[in-house]
Amino acid sequence: MAILEVKNLHKSFGKTEVLKSVSFSMEKGEILSILGSSGSGKTTLLRCINFLEKASGGQVFVDGSCIFDASSKEKPSPAVMRERQLNFGLVFQSFNLFPQYTALENVVLAPKLQAAERADFKENKKKILSEIEQNAMNLLDRVGLAEKAGNYPCQLSGGQQQRVSIARALALDPKILFFDEPTSALDPELTGEILRVIKDLASKHMTMVIVTHEIEFARNVSDKIIFMDGGVVVEEGTPEQVIGNPRHERTRAFLSKML
Amino acid sequence: MDKFIEVFNSLTSGFGLNCIIFLSTLVLAIPLGLIVAFGSMSEFKPLKWLTKTFVWIIRGTPLMLQIFVVFYAPGLLFEIPMRSRLTAVIIAFVINYAAYFSEIYRGGIESIPVGQYEAGQVLGLTKKQVFSKIVLFQVIKRIVPPMGNEIITLVKDTSLARAIAVAEIIMQAERFTKEGLILPLFSTGLYFLVVNGLLTLLFGYIEKRLNYYKG
Ligand SMILES: Nc1ncnc2c1ncn2[C@@H]1O[C@H](COP(=O)(O)OP(=O)(O)OP(=O)(O)O)[C@@H](O)[C@H]1O
Ligand SMILES: [Mg+2]
Repeated sequence: MAILEVKNLHKSFGKTEVLKSVSFSMEKGEILSILGSSGSGKTTLLRCINFLEKASGGQVFVDGSCIFDASSKEKPSPAVMRERQLNFGLVFQSFNLFPQYTALENVVLAPKLQAAERADFKENKKKILSEIEQNAMNLLDRVGLAEKAGNYPCQLSGGQQQRVSIARALALDPKILFFDEPTSALDPELTGEILRVIKDLASKHMTMVIVTHEIEFARNVSDKIIFMDGGVVVEEGTPEQVIGNPRHERTRAFLSKML
Repeated sequence: MDKFIEVFNSLTSGFGLNCIIFLSTLVLAIPLGLIVAFGSMSEFKPLKWLTKTFVWIIRGTPLMLQIFVVFYAPGLLFEIPMRSRLTAVIIAFVINYAAYFSEIYRGGIESIPVGQYEAGQVLGLTKKQVFSKIVLFQVIKRIVPPMGNEIITLVKDTSLARAIAVAEIIMQAERFTKEGLILPLFSTGLYFLVVNGLLTLLFGYIEKRLNYYKG
């Protein structure tokens, strides 16, 4: 069964229709890259799936169960919404780290707040919190920042901040991790360190959706590629199909500009 | 020497009133300002416009006028005269400063990038947690400098109480000018300078403590 299935997603801002019936699905452990020129709706698609924007039509399924249906009238409770939200992790283009917290504090904040709601929290407080800290340190180590755990975001380079934000998303153990152009806010010499982290996650079979302009990277790391233009999925397939041998004129035009 | 003690005593007792006005205004206007700020950011349009109009009127008219209105209007319009002049002054100050503080709060809250809220949401934080764990501290850091300025202005504004004959320090000193003494008047400045000097140090210290991160 598909881990994620997006069906006929529509989104309009006022009169402009930004997503015009976008559908795709992906399997557990797959890596899906979304390519497309500026304004084609990639960010809007991620934001709709991640509940940052309310789609005006369509459905989203995770492991076969519907977590979003635009036609549904009922409003899920905040607790249900949060549970649905936590299926996903999202890495922002602009990191959005919390400036008043150190790298480690950024990573442990949400897990600690979540743990405080556990029934056994009072009894095992020490143990639970130290597990969270340990897990966070492991994640920071995994993105190569164990030494920077005590640094504030303003004391980190852009690439380091982005790696902290990846660790922060991973700390909640999402089923699917979304990246919205994780390297576009970075100097070119810093993109490599992010792409390495994503490759490392890929080797551990993390399910990921990556919006990117790094065509070569997408070709290397992805199982599947979607090319979007004007709010629709123009072409979909393996990297060999979409990048190596595009069938559509619009895909070819885009790729020739990018490569 | 006797004269010196007489002057000192009346100035100090006058300044006691300034301090009472200052402290009451601070204690009441700081929370009230927050309520006004939430009103002016409300999604409910009528409340939002009502609050904005209120803030506009309060900030657009002299505090002196507001003191007169609070003191005289109840008696002249509704025949329930204000019994205490000091209370009237404090009410006028609290309303006035709540309006100013609310604008500082609003500016602080609205200056927090939407990405901070979104990052909190995707991490599964509740709205309340986003505010208390992420936004609040950043807002405080941003509003401390303008609040410091406003609070120093408040210290000086307390002398406006003399408009309705509340015997604050400058009114006390003015009495002595009729006896040909100018020094008492000069001395009142010292009281204000000392208090504002201390406040400047305090706010400098708070700002420094909050400056452990940039942004
Ligand atoms: N909040 C909004 N209000 C109005 N229009 C919006 C809003 N957000 C996005 N749009 C419009 O939707 C279209 C798609 O935007 P989107 O950000 O999804 O594109 P994108 O594919 O991510 O582009 P880029 O590669 O530049 O990031 C654009 O035309 C944009 O102007
Ligand atoms: Mg985008």
